[in-house]
Amino acid sequence: MTSLRFHIRFPENKIKEPIIYQIGHEFRVVTNVRRADVRETTGWMDLELTGETEEIERAIDGIRTKGCVVDPIELNVVE
Amino acid sequence: MSKMKALVCRECGKEYPPKAIHVCEMCFGPLEVKYNYDEIKSTISRKKIEQGPNSMWRYIDLLPVESTSIIGPHAGLTPLVRAKNLGAHLGIDELYIKNETVNHPTLSFKDRVVSVALTRARELGFETVACASTGNLANSVAAHAAAAGMKCYVFIPADLEAAKVLGNLIYKPNVVEVEGNYDDVNRLCSEIAAEHGWAFVNINIRPYYAEGSKTLAFETVEQLGWRTPDQAVIPMASGSLLTKIWKGLHEMKALGLVDEVRTKINGAQAEGCSPIATAFKAGRDFFKPVKPKTIAKSLAIGNPADGYYALKATAESKGAMDAVTDEEVVEGIKLLAQTEGIFAETAGGVTIGVLCKLVKQGLIKKNDVTVAYITGNGLKTQEAVVDAVGRPFRIQPSLVNFQKTFNMGKNSGGES
Repeated sequence: MTSLRFHIRFPENKIKEPIIYQIGHEFRVVTNVRRADVRETTGWMDLELTGETEEIERAIDGIRTKGCVVDPIELNVVE
Repeated sequence: MSKMKALVCRECGKEYPPKAIHVCEMCFGPLEVKYNYDEIKSTISRKKIEQGPNSMWRYIDLLPVESTSIIGPHAGLTPLVRAKNLGAHLGIDELYIKNETVNHPTLSFKDRVVSVALTRARELGFETVACASTGNLANSVAAHAAAAGMKCYVFIPADLEAAKVLGNLIYKPNVVEVEGNYDDVNRLCSEIAAEHGWAFVNINIRPYYAEGSKTLAFETVEQLGWRTPDQAVIPMASGSLLTKIWKGLHEMKALGLVDEVRTKINGAQAEGCSPIATAFKAGRDFFKPVKPKTIAKSLAIGNPADGYYALKATAESKGAMDAVTDEEVVEGIKLLAQTEGIFAETAGGVTIGVLCKLVKQGLIKKNDVTVAYITGNGLKTQEAVVDAVGRPFRIQPSLVNFQKTFNMGKNSGGES
């Protein structure tokens, strides 16, 4: 089992959707929200996903497919 | 008692032992070094600093290392150049250039942060260091690792320009070209850092690495005769440099090395990648990530880790932020070179371009003691100015031809 941490951004039209709930049902991963800021027009969330590495990667693709932007928790590390 | 008290979460304040960790286990906020300032205050003094080595390591009391076995002992203490010509051009009485184009060993301010990062990494028992970089950081990590005899991995996007790859290969690190875009490299490196026991300088060693930037503030103050400038103009990529200069100035005040911090901190970005400056100008306390498109590649971080903190520091200091076009970047490089004889890389052009704008807007005034931070050497980004500097005069090998070209008569000119 692996745990990886991500920073998820929600576009305005996705803010009301229960995307994290859906991901927990569609993939064999445990979702754990640690910090978030959701406003009327923008939202982000720091999220931990626990599971097999391949399943986590599938879950990340799933979040992206739903219209969110996924970055590592460190944001940009290429300097 | 150690001068390092703990790593502390910048969001929730939870403390951790000073190991190779960078994210708070509680809230996932970033960690930074917390010091025993009372302990440091009892030993530090202007005199002690002035008698220290001719490098940034004269400020070792305020850097997060425990040993005196330093990797990169010659980094820092770069010239603070009194820029009389550029100052006159802009109408500023007292303008200075903090000239990091001559930093040792790889000609950029990254030598400071990497020196701290590798010294700390070795203290923590690491034998392998790594970084993800497209330029200055990779150069510096590879060079320092070679000198220290440490194993080194440098991750780069597979489409990076050949000249930049060469600049790393010469030090013989393991250069890994990742077949993917910038985001793919980013994600992979985060995962490798989580899985392998390496010192990834700007990931799990980041709390220590970032502290090296404070030395730019310390040196500026000392070189100004132990006073803080009125204005600082600082280029922003991740935003870390700006926040650490602000932190460094306040540490000096807290330790009684200066009486006051009167500095307005100003951030500079290129328009093609200006998430922080755009948020500042819009009055927002958060930034919107962007896809970078600018010649200022060393500042091209679209989702900056310290963007929020840079916004906060600038607001606290009552400073400003602005951005310049690529054309203005080139003009800035040329202006600095032609007035002060300093050839800066594109980030320097951003700094000078924004300096010009802030002066024009009246935000930097004639009497303000102003310091512009020039963070890297122009020889690294010659492609940015190759079409903007004209061509040499081409002549036949005869004195007549030479004199004709420059409209000189025999025995005229008087410039021998």
